[in-house]
Amino acid sequence: MALTKADLVENVAREGFTKKDSAKIVETLLELIKSTLKAGDEILISGFGKFCVKEKKQRRGRNPATGEDLILDARRVITFKCSPVLTDKINGKLSVPM
Amino acid sequence: MNKSQLIEALAKEENLALKKAEEVVNTVFGDMEKALIRGERVEIRGLGSFKVKQYDGYKGRNPKTGDIIKVAPKKLPFFKVGKELKERVDVD
Repeated sequence: MALTKADLVENVAREGFTKKDSAKIVETLLELIKSTLKAGDEILISGFGKFCVKEKKQRRGRNPATGEDLILDARRVITFKCSPVLTDKINGKLSVPM
Repeated sequence: MNKSQLIEALAKEENLALKKAEEVVNTVFGDMEKALIRGERVEIRGLGSFKVKQYDGYKGRNPKTGDIIKVAPKKLPFFKVGKELKERVDVD
């Protein structure tokens, strides 16, 4: 059982939206997060965590299958740093009303 | 961008009252948080997925004093970036 976008849409609809509006709002929210990260800005949700954008330098790597040397280009990746508050909740150190 | 800026941006984009947009953002991240606390996966197409991973304890050192310390086993959520976001963020 995994939480999916459909679950989010359903729960947001309970805030008093039609399913259709809720789907649009959730999509807009996700799009805002993605375009902010695309622009190189991080997203900090206090109590949850932080989505960061990291610049990776070009480096030499190896194809593990063939053993050939190759150059890995510079790239940009997303990392997630979990909030200490959420870490404590996941580890049962903070009680949470569910 | 922090949570309140995200709420403002959502309110503007969707023509919502600030209070309503705040409820939406809290619901979305609250749902994800609850799922992770239950040990469930979170899978949002286009953004990525979260999975709680169990990490073993280990003996570490306090880098300041050099003292040996025991790091207890812990669970941490691991985020795997989705294909769409990964491709969009990467430099061309």
